Amino acid sequence: MNGFVDTYLIPGLIMAGQSLLVIVLLLIAVAYLLYADRKIWAAVQLRRGPNVVGPWGLFQSFADLIKFVLKEPVVPAPANKAIFLLAPLVSTVLALSVWAVIPFAEGWVVADINVGVLYVFAIASLEVYGVIMGGWASNSKYAFLGALRSAAQMVSYEVSIGFVIITVLLAVGSLNLSDIVLAQTTGLGTMIGLPNTFLDWHWLPLFPMFVIFFISGLAETNRPPFDLPEAESELVAGYMVEYSSAPYMMFMLGEYVATVLVCALGTILFLGGWLPPFNFAPFTWIPGVIWFVLKAGFLFFLYAMVKAMVPRYRYDQLMRLGWKVFLPISLAAVVVVALVLQLTGWGGVPVPAAG
Amino acid sequence: MTLQPLFFYLFSFVTIASALMVIAARNPVHSVLFLILAFVNAAGLLLLLGAEFLAMILIVVYVGAVAVLFLFVVMMLDVDFAELRQGFLQYLPIGALVGVILLVELIAVLGGLAIAPEVETLATPVPADVSNVAALGAVLYTRYLYFFQAAGVILLVAMIGAIVLTLRHKEGVKRQDISVQVARDPRKTVEVVQVETGRGI
Repeated sequence: MNGFVDTYLIPGLIMAGQSLLVIVLLLIAVAYLLYADRKIWAAVQLRRGPNVVGPWGLFQSFADLIKFVLKEPVVPAPANKAIFLLAPLVSTVLALSVWAVIPFAEGWVVADINVGVLYVFAIASLEVYGVIMGGWASNSKYAFLGALRSAAQMVSYEVSIGFVIITVLLAVGSLNLSDIVLAQTTGLGTMIGLPNTFLDWHWLPLFPMFVIFFISGLAETNRPPFDLPEAESELVAGYMVEYSSAPYMMFMLGEYVATVLVCALGTILFLGGWLPPFNFAPFTWIPGVIWFVLKAGFLFFLYAMVKAMVPRYRYDQLMRLGWKVFLPISLAAVVVVALVLQLTGWGGVPVPAAG
Repeated sequence: MTLQPLFFYLFSFVTIASALMVIAARNPVHSVLFLILAFVNAAGLLLLLGAEFLAMILIVVYVGAVAVLFLFVVMMLDVDFAELRQGFLQYLPIGALVGVILLVELIAVLGGLAIAPEVETLATPVPADVSNVAALGAVLYTRYLYFFQAAGVILLVAMIGAIVLTLRHKEGVKRQDISVQVARDPRKTVEVVQVETGRGI
């Protein structure tokens, strides 16, 4: 019995506590990122944005939360009730569960698993189910059209994201997210004799891949300009038409958590994760988690600016971009990166030779 | 080692129950959703075996791509259930035959293991220091490289074949050709005219 307590109960409780901490901090971060998103959007359009609830409107997201929770959820009579209510749960729970493997700083990760990138990719590929189930179960034409668009779009852009991730993995030689960050302590900058700086991170040698990852991330999370599944001018609100109150909020939450996740993943894969931009004295005093948050916040700022500035794509243009532009480029990049690594013997974290 | 059997029974119970529901559910969309549940739990079983790479690939490929398209098709189809059930008795013998063959094979494998447990030792033991991904990669890309490439080429041919079979050039459809649009000469398409007031063109 003592063995049970030592081997399972205490580590289990610690892990549950860590997960809870990550989720609570993440949700608070999402509340303020949502506020930031609206403020940036408003600033670009010369509006004020949310400014009523609390000082400078800082509590707007929480007021929205209370409003969503207190309103009555309406389930349409012809809807498939079980799946209708399951869909927002699926999308939120999946979006939150990816964060288990994200390293916020060195060793600050709930589950440091060997196949971290694959886990993220697998869960991200499941996120389309929330949208499809919601669109189908609503039993509405607009919702169904939105779900179909979303399914095709997410499957298409997943392919190029997969190839982009493969190029990074080739350069690193490990599927572990912490290893991917540590591999960026050496790179182009250290090759010419500089100390470890932001020049070593993957964004510089793999710059085209970084751009493709950024744009595919927009499409994967249904952010503007690729928000065709919920294009309000043609589909009202796409797969979310029939949703109200708390289920609607869970869809929105899942979407925002997924967006923040793409920012965090971009930080880990291309912007050096928790590494400071100059890895020497004054910069290393600031803890890694702050650098991580700053970098992810920078990527989120770019996402918000894209939302504010770029008009929505037409659907055939979206498909063309995914299949005829990104897929060939990323496929070619995999071959080129593999060839360069094979010929030069560059590449990050050394792995024990197998077989 | 007390929790692993617990998780094993949990995953296997859900897998079998949802596999049963795949054929028992009346609504085909529910069937596909139960199939997805079965896939995810099978991935859980693979994780318990220590095959984390296979588990993730199962989710990425089967759940993330194949089942999405499957669900796509099933949702778009207008299936008549009464008609489906009419042919049930006619196909029952074939289905039963396939089921019996599978059952006999499973019994043969498991029975063989029970009678001669030393067969298990033929399997190569997994080296402790090599990760799953590295081991699979080493086997696929060194020892079985040509077979692996041949399988890839076969899949590519099948994919191109499917595209060619369904490709039809429709006449009279307006398509966007971006290179033509970009290459247009503005002087040929836009004319700047001085219009006299009150006269029109």
